[in-house]
Amino acid sequence: MEESGSVDSVESLCSSTTTRSDRSSGPRVSDTELRSKAKAVEKVYKDPSKDELPLLPEELVQDSAKDVTYICPFIGPVRGSLTVTNYRLFFRCTDREPVFGLDLPLGGLSRVEKIGAASSRGDVSYGVVCKDMRNLRFVHKEPENSLKKSVFEVLMKFAFPVSNNMSLFAFEYKQVFPENGWKVYDPLAEYKRQGLPNESWRISKVNDHYELCDSYPATLFVPVTITDEELRRVSSFRAKGRIPVLSWIHPESQAAVVRASQTMVGQNGRRCKEDEKLLQAIMDANAQSHKLFIFDARPSVNAAANKMKGGGFESEDAYQNAELVFLDIHNIHVMRESLRKLKDVVYPNIEESHWLSNLESTHWLEHIKLILAGALRIADKVESGKTSVVVHCSDGWDRTPQLTSLALIMLDSHYRTIRGFQILLEKEWLSFGHRFQQRVGHGDKNHTDADRSPIFLQFIDCVWQMTRQFPAAFEFNEYFLITILDHLYSCLFGTFLCNSEQQRLKEVRVRMRTVSLWSFVNSQLEEFVNPLYVHYPSHVLFPTVGIRHLQLWVSYYIRWNPRMRPQVHPVHQRYKELLAKRAELQKRVEELQREAANRMASSSSERAGSPTRSITPVQTFV
Amino acid sequence: MLSLGSGGAKSTKPSFVSYVTPEEIKSEKDPPKQEKHPDLLPGEVEFCSANPILKYTQDDLSQRGVFGTLFCTNFRVTFISDEKPQEKTDKTFKNKLYGENDIPLMCVDHIYGVYDEKRKLITGGLVKNKYPSKMIIHCKDLRVFQFSLTFSKEEDAKKIFQGIAHHCLEEKSLKCVFAFSYMGTPSPGTDLSFCREMQWKQETVMFDSPEDWTQEMKRTKANCRLVTENENFELSQRLPKYFVIPLTIGDLFSYQGKGLPIWCWSHYSGCALFKASFPPVTQEDGDFQKHLDTMINAVAHNHLYSVKTEDLSESLPNIQDIQQSYNKFKQFFLIENSTDFWLSDVKWFSSLESSGWLDIIRQCLQKAVEVVECLEKDNTNVLITEEEGTDLCCVISSLAQIMLDPYYRTLMGFQSLVQKEWVAGCHAFLDRCNHLHQKDKEVIIACSFLPVSSDAILQPEKSPLAQSGPLSCPTVWDWSVQFDSKAQNFFFNPLYLEKVKHDRAVRKPHKPKHQRNLSLPSTAFKTPPKKGFFKDETDSLKKMLRVKRLSRWRGSPDAPTATTREFFESWQHRPLDYHGLLLPCLDGPAVHIWMQRYLRWIPEVYILGGGSVAVMTKLMELLSQVQDLKRVLEQRDSSQAAKLDHRPYFQHRLLSFDSSGRLSSSFPFAYTCYRSFKPIIPTGLMQSLMVTDSLASQEDEASSVVSFV
Repeated sequence: MEESGSVDSVESLCSSTTTRSDRSSGPRVSDTELRSKAKAVEKVYKDPSKDELPLLPEELVQDSAKDVTYICPFIGPVRGSLTVTNYRLFFRCTDREPVFGLDLPLGGLSRVEKIGAASSRGDVSYGVVCKDMRNLRFVHKEPENSLKKSVFEVLMKFAFPVSNNMSLFAFEYKQVFPENGWKVYDPLAEYKRQGLPNESWRISKVNDHYELCDSYPATLFVPVTITDEELRRVSSFRAKGRIPVLSWIHPESQAAVVRASQTMVGQNGRRCKEDEKLLQAIMDANAQSHKLFIFDARPSVNAAANKMKGGGFESEDAYQNAELVFLDIHNIHVMRESLRKLKDVVYPNIEESHWLSNLESTHWLEHIKLILAGALRIADKVESGKTSVVVHCSDGWDRTPQLTSLALIMLDSHYRTIRGFQILLEKEWLSFGHRFQQRVGHGDKNHTDADRSPIFLQFIDCVWQMTRQFPAAFEFNEYFLITILDHLYSCLFGTFLCNSEQQRLKEVRVRMRTVSLWSFVNSQLEEFVNPLYVHYPSHVLFPTVGIRHLQLWVSYYIRWNPRMRPQVHPVHQRYKELLAKRAELQKRVEELQREAANRMASSSSERAGSPTRSITPVQTFV
Repeated sequence: MLSLGSGGAKSTKPSFVSYVTPEEIKSEKDPPKQEKHPDLLPGEVEFCSANPILKYTQDDLSQRGVFGTLFCTNFRVTFISDEKPQEKTDKTFKNKLYGENDIPLMCVDHIYGVYDEKRKLITGGLVKNKYPSKMIIHCKDLRVFQFSLTFSKEEDAKKIFQGIAHHCLEEKSLKCVFAFSYMGTPSPGTDLSFCREMQWKQETVMFDSPEDWTQEMKRTKANCRLVTENENFELSQRLPKYFVIPLTIGDLFSYQGKGLPIWCWSHYSGCALFKASFPPVTQEDGDFQKHLDTMINAVAHNHLYSVKTEDLSESLPNIQDIQQSYNKFKQFFLIENSTDFWLSDVKWFSSLESSGWLDIIRQCLQKAVEVVECLEKDNTNVLITEEEGTDLCCVISSLAQIMLDPYYRTLMGFQSLVQKEWVAGCHAFLDRCNHLHQKDKEVIIACSFLPVSSDAILQPEKSPLAQSGPLSCPTVWDWSVQFDSKAQNFFFNPLYLEKVKHDRAVRKPHKPKHQRNLSLPSTAFKTPPKKGFFKDETDSLKKMLRVKRLSRWRGSPDAPTATTREFFESWQHRPLDYHGLLLPCLDGPAVHIWMQRYLRWIPEVYILGGGSVAVMTKLMELLSQVQDLKRVLEQRDSSQAAKLDHRPYFQHRLLSFDSSGRLSSSFPFAYTCYRSFKPIIPTGLMQSLMVTDSLASQEDEASSVVSFV
């Protein structure tokens, strides 16, 4: 993890590392040591052997076992003790120097199972498959008393609370942070920042109680010329009622990014005149262009196949002046399979001689390229073509938020700040109903669920690719992105729970019952700041999407491999040092100036005894 | 002033682009009357020229281009645009000797002619026939030029084509190399930076005098013997004038110096790295073995340690393989249009892998790490051998030295290392770079060395001036002739930490870039910055008993890897000493291609406003602020006022442009394209990814029922 030297407090909340050999920060600190230095708010659980396990508020130890062997794929078997709480799995090795630990939130587990039968010595081995690109394997003696549950049975229960009719740890966790992250996103304020409402776009209350569309937010922006009644008609023509609504508007050209789901054209070529009118109105709202681009994220074959199932896409007959473009991005199943292959290639061992062709065969970076290329085309049409665009896929909650949010990052520098990025996620992903619960499967033991897919991970990867290409254009660093991904799975914060705004606000009331990830992040912003950030308010970023410029995100996908452990980013490190040096020098210059002024003053009053403070020459290492 | 091709070189504005098709132009038939000529270098002679020639812009498929005159001189092929530069773009980075439209003859790799839409490789035979309508020049620095010859007079076109083909492709004698014509002319670099250049020259060790070698031995506390018997190359043509061998070797003259272990570098523990060529095989087996034994004993005796010998020709790919791999590899970067680019993008990783280039790089680094392990961990002497002892030996020994010795990671140190191992080490630059264009001799060893060794800010052109050797040929390495002082600042890596206190940063050697410098006899060699690196040899005596245990690595590729892995991991676990040993991480995902060198001419990969230059800009800005403040402090401090900082003050200043947020990632190389601010949208995405399995056609919502039928 980047910047790991100084992040112990943050670290304690993140799913943690295996063999930490943190060479970057001077004296090496083992994982557990790091954790015991962690925040004062954490209670310390003392177990008989004086191993200290830092616990979060409301975190309770459920079971622990000694003499568990963790079969580390990198350093071989290590013996130690395993503790399971209602939040995490904690393994501490006892027979090895330096002390080595595993500390991961149970939310990160996708599957726990017994492998094979007990050996002659009564050893049972357990496999743990994680959502964060690693697998763990433990060997443990079966308890002699067969009535007593083994620690792994306890683990299985607490790893999948939803399947066991228990609540996620996020609902127990009651940490108080200086800032309330639930207040980060206020839809009206965000639209106001974009200059909305204006003479062409209005707020519609039609979905105030999620009656029109239960996966959409309450606040919708639509063209002023379209009535709520017309919107209701449109909703019956769009899959899941996800009508075309505004996502972003260009501050100068008024070209808009509009999102939707597919039209329910079906085999008979159904039409809906209100939908046609709505798209015409979207085009008319932008005086700069007499054209509208409709980006269908799917491959055209799949879009056509959807007609068989009642779906489809806008025909150019029905939608005058609209041009339909397919972006050839594949569905959630293809993406899930691609990530599975990637995991095979990178974990635990990397086959040196075929590394590149193996990487290619996963198609992971090709998918990234297609998504970035799609977003680039959208951003280009809006920026260079001054044309409004409508983006949709099938349901408009997977590929659509990937494309719109990436395009928005390219177009609007606000979304490249830490808070702006939070707003972007809250808006494009959470409020518009990306099905996080389904895609991630929080607390659900059904690991083969076909609805799971790494759509959001893929988006974060695309963002990371852009931060690589524009190292000074983003206010946040890589660590910020990794933290978001870790807490996507951890179930510590309520941010990524549920499938829609309606569920979050009305059914589960996560804002009342859980802590927001942004509370945690915004309370220690300095950890997530990219020191090289320069704010260029008007710069549009057009990334290069060729595979030649895309890289595998090693510090995320291969972070468990100690050989690939990323170091403190040399540039960032050096830059921080320079910033500190500059501050120091500035202070000194000011001191001197003050001193000189004093001396002037004192000499005028003819006082003896000038300041004798000798100034040691400042050493820079430039 | 030598701002060559000032017309063409600065033509970076889109206004240069002619938007009319060639056909339209032809009908106008109004070539500009005024004659243009390139500013010739001293000793440079113009052979022929033709006008108008259309130079296609590289960045798109349309047949757009710029009209101008094409010249061929004894140094280069150069193109001068008809249009005048509208405004003088202040280019911070500029080669004073040749600009963007100059192609030194030595830099030409292949010439293709397009005859009736068919592309043919131009060889000697084809030249005499009719001239092609379009000439495509592939350069060794991976630029691609396309010229249309159809607009100029037939005899002009024929002449320029034949001239260029002749001067680029025909075999020629060493005497024809332009460096010899250029020699003896006064150095033009008499601008402000001159003083600094002098400083540089003084610090780079040329290794062409006994003093240099003595000094180097002293620096590394080596206990060896300097050989001066070859001063007039009586001993061997293939050995340098001066070199260093183990103390106990008496018989220099058997086998014409072949098989002599040549000292490269000594570790502070007292053990040392040697390299040797093979003794001639014609000798009887017994003699051969005896000779070998003598040499190995000499290496061992001298230092009282065991010796490991490594035959590089056995354990590394041979130079033909390397050449073949490089030929394959470089094709990926010689891209003529964007369709090619996007087509090849699809299979990028597997093509990269099939070229084997990165694997060769990795093997070289791996071997160097093994050598380092022997020296550092086992404290054994190492003798690396190969047929000539001047190819892979140079690669491995210089890499090992970079990993071990922080001095070689400084700018001066690196230049000295190149002098020591490559120039004085008799690497056959002439043959390997095929300067004389003799067939079948071309091997790019040096190329493999550069990308491996450097995490560079900048890769210089393979200057045709890089002729060297025993002749006191001029100007091997003078940057100042090529770049003005500002541009020279690019060679400094602002990340480099001078002081030893701060031990963090990169695993890969992060060091300034290799440079060329004037081969004046270097004067007194200054003591290296890190004197304490070489500890006293006292403890070496303790190891006296471990004499002469001869072991040999076996060729099996896996066995050493395992132990080196351990070595790497134990190194990785120690706190990183920036000024100590540095080992590269060699796992697949850690080895990347050197984008800035290989992809710098390809407009499709430019990132406007991004890339590492954005970071460098930021860093340099801050660095200069720190220096300013420091200066203010120093001036205020009366006791310090006398001696001001002598370090070059302006060196971090150069990147303060208004447009800093908008430089292209290929800066400073991307002169050709001051692209309009438009994204590069890939074409042919459909071919790229046809997922054929059933997953692709599955519904997104596996479980949900479609609500409308």
